[in-house]
Amino acid sequence: MTSITVNNHVLDVDAAADTPLLWVLRDHLSMTGTKYGCGMALCGACTVHIDGVATRSCVLPLRAVAGKSITTIEGLSSDRSHAVQKAWLQIDVPQCGYCQSGQIMSAAALLNAIPHPSDEDIDAAMSGNICRCGTYPRIRKAIHLAAQLLDKASTK
Amino acid sequence: MTDAPDRSRRDFVNASVAVGGGLLLGLALPGRAGRPAQGSAAGVKSGAPRGSQLNAWLKIAGDNSITIIVDRSEMGQGVYTALPMLIAEELNVDVDAIQVAAAPVGDAYINPGNGGQITGTSNSVQDAWEKLRRCGAQARIMLISAAAKHWRIDPAECQAMHGAIRAHGKVLTYGQLAAAAALEPIPENVKLRLKAEFQIIGKSAARIDSPGKVDGSAEFGLDVQLPGMLYAAIAQSPVLGGQVKTLDSGAAEKMPGVRKVLSTDSGVVVVADHFWQALQARKTLAVTWDPGSNARLDNAAITALLKKTAAAGVGLEARADGDVVQALKSAQPRVNASYELPLLAHATMEPMNCTADVKADGCDLYVGTQVQQVAQATAAAAAGLAPAQVRVHTTLLGGGFGRRLDIDFIPAAVEASKAAGAPVKLIWTREDDMTHDTYRPPALEEVSGGFDAAGKFSAFMLHIISPSITARMFPPVKGVDDSVIEYAINFPYDVPNVAVTYSRQEIGIDVGYMRSVSHAPNCFAIESFMDEMAAAAAKNPYDFRMELLHKKPRHRRVLQLTAERARWGRAPAGRHQGMALMEGYTTHLAQVAEISIAQGALKVHKIVCVVDCGQMINPRIVESQIESGIIFGLSAALWGEVTIAAGRVQQTNFNNYRLLRGNEMPEIDVHLVESDEPPGGIGEPAVALVAPAICNAIFAATGKRIRRLPIGSQNLLRIA
Repeated sequence: MTSITVNNHVLDVDAAADTPLLWVLRDHLSMTGTKYGCGMALCGACTVHIDGVATRSCVLPLRAVAGKSITTIEGLSSDRSHAVQKAWLQIDVPQCGYCQSGQIMSAAALLNAIPHPSDEDIDAAMSGNICRCGTYPRIRKAIHLAAQLLDKASTK
Repeated sequence: MTDAPDRSRRDFVNASVAVGGGLLLGLALPGRAGRPAQGSAAGVKSGAPRGSQLNAWLKIAGDNSITIIVDRSEMGQGVYTALPMLIAEELNVDVDAIQVAAAPVGDAYINPGNGGQITGTSNSVQDAWEKLRRCGAQARIMLISAAAKHWRIDPAECQAMHGAIRAHGKVLTYGQLAAAAALEPIPENVKLRLKAEFQIIGKSAARIDSPGKVDGSAEFGLDVQLPGMLYAAIAQSPVLGGQVKTLDSGAAEKMPGVRKVLSTDSGVVVVADHFWQALQARKTLAVTWDPGSNARLDNAAITALLKKTAAAGVGLEARADGDVVQALKSAQPRVNASYELPLLAHATMEPMNCTADVKADGCDLYVGTQVQQVAQATAAAAAGLAPAQVRVHTTLLGGGFGRRLDIDFIPAAVEASKAAGAPVKLIWTREDDMTHDTYRPPALEEVSGGFDAAGKFSAFMLHIISPSITARMFPPVKGVDDSVIEYAINFPYDVPNVAVTYSRQEIGIDVGYMRSVSHAPNCFAIESFMDEMAAAAAKNPYDFRMELLHKKPRHRRVLQLTAERARWGRAPAGRHQGMALMEGYTTHLAQVAEISIAQGALKVHKIVCVVDCGQMINPRIVESQIESGIIFGLSAALWGEVTIAAGRVQQTNFNNYRLLRGNEMPEIDVHLVESDEPPGGIGEPAVALVAPAICNAIFAATGKRIRRLPIGSQNLLRIA
């Protein structure tokens, strides 16, 4: 048994220590919002936050996350109220939607680190997340909008 | 008239029913025994809808929830929003009050344009345009009828709005009326709203499927979970088309969690408690493969096949205007060019997967598919059941692009479930997916053109050499396969002598439909060649095209608007432009690409695209699909190429099959033209224009013609 903290819940997992966190989340914990895309940290579909930092869960073994705080798309908010989710809905970013959990987790981590990202900051933070549908123009718009929404929230 | 319609509607759930005059057989509503409905708050239901069924597409429950049953698969193109909007327009309900459920297999859901319950050819809206508005209007009239009876008044005194019927200050909601309305006769003659009366159609609305896609609750095939479900990985022949010769699974069977190892026609399947365990066990399999007939197949062999066939004759005639042979004989000058297109991978973000639950008397199949009937028949054959015993539950598709028109990943999941006696989710890894795609076929396109003595473009001849996807997937094909001559058959330019011909040349591996299908290779050949002819005539490519489009107002309009928005001929210093035009899926569109080349390195700065797709349903989705198509086309034009060595695909993952990333995106400017024409397709057409527009810009910059895709690392230095 390995004990891990996911979305503020301490959970015991009966999985081999080399099992990537992605499959622990999906198959053992039934949290399927985090997606499998490549298994090699090339596409970003599996992005979660480890202690607040955007991390590819498909190459991260279970043993490496014991004692760390893991946040998944399910834990970003309970009601789609995170600024990034709101912006994503307002701009209607998703198409097929498969990569969007990863996109949203990368964007949320970016805004934690840089509250007002420039286009260059967005390029740097988001280039690891592939979207085959090509939602990139809307992702860019939505990140700028999320930054504004966070501003409004903090000045209230 | 008899009471047949009433009886049939009551029996709808269980038996045959007359819907809109057609007979619907064997329809079963999606049920998911042992599994609670999920995601209802997120707009897309994964369980059976509740309530009274008013027709094949609409169910209204006592709590006023309105479920629209969508018979096309949602793969990002927006059918889960656009099709319900058509019903909502006539039903007088708000779009945000609608929930969507995927249709089961049923004859009512056949798309006549595709010859089956198929999502493809960008024609979902075209197919639904009259049908679903009519269905919404019929339901509205039935609800009014039920209310009028209840109040004992004339139906003309009733008004339907926002999901309720009102008359003389009284209100009955659709939910209150649904059960009674379902017993009303289906009206035959309904008058549909005119464009000027539209409340919903043509106005941007939020996508119904977005909420579940921003909180992780949207259910793709990969996310299906069933009680007692096991996971499977598959080892497929490294050489395409090969088969298992010998298998020693002794080591694999001793690995942790492994329940079963079975050899199938698709490959060796390892079933385990968890997917990671199945993957680890797969590594320990000792398999020898019979490589079959492709052991020596490589790109050189494929190219040689296409060239040999090109030289053997001009093939089957698809279009013949005038006498192109004679016109070319006397042409002065005559221009010849041949264009080469590579194999491409679909590379959907969600790899192929399928969950099957086979029991003695039936099978539940959970799958992201574009072909529900074929999936059903395939699973039935694999399970040893009758097709009617297979219930197909269509999940959201994590990208389709035509890949999920194929069913090659279904049989192994079914066989594994049957062998294991439990539900099994079979997942392909990215490497499995990349190396066992049904690839976009290669093509060789030979083009000749000529000018007459007066300097007019007088002859155009296009000979297409490629495999036929339709001959494999939907045989038999009589004459020329329609899916290989797209755009060429609509060659819009006013040239008196035109010939389009096709030679079928198979290459030994399965090829499949990919987004924009033959529009992409044919638009590349035609629109590149138009530029070559303009250069031969020493004319501006825009003026040259416009003159030849004098009988084509829709083409002229999009080309003119594109040129205006792109500031054609007035690119900033150091930048160069190229254009392309196309009609496809009855949509008319044009693109201008703006590029620069520094030390031989290409940079695409901007793509402008103007689109006339006829009547739009949801402009915001139309815009997103055009952007999407352009980005899909950019990946293909710049880098897209699958190569084969010794029968094995050499690309394995996103590190060696490069897709455009956000930081590589040019500026994209999409402009949608208002139009009174019937709706056209929007999911696919924009893909096809990107490569010719960029390559024409490269010619403007360097004087070099790129006639082979991808552009990749071809020498782009300026001709001195």
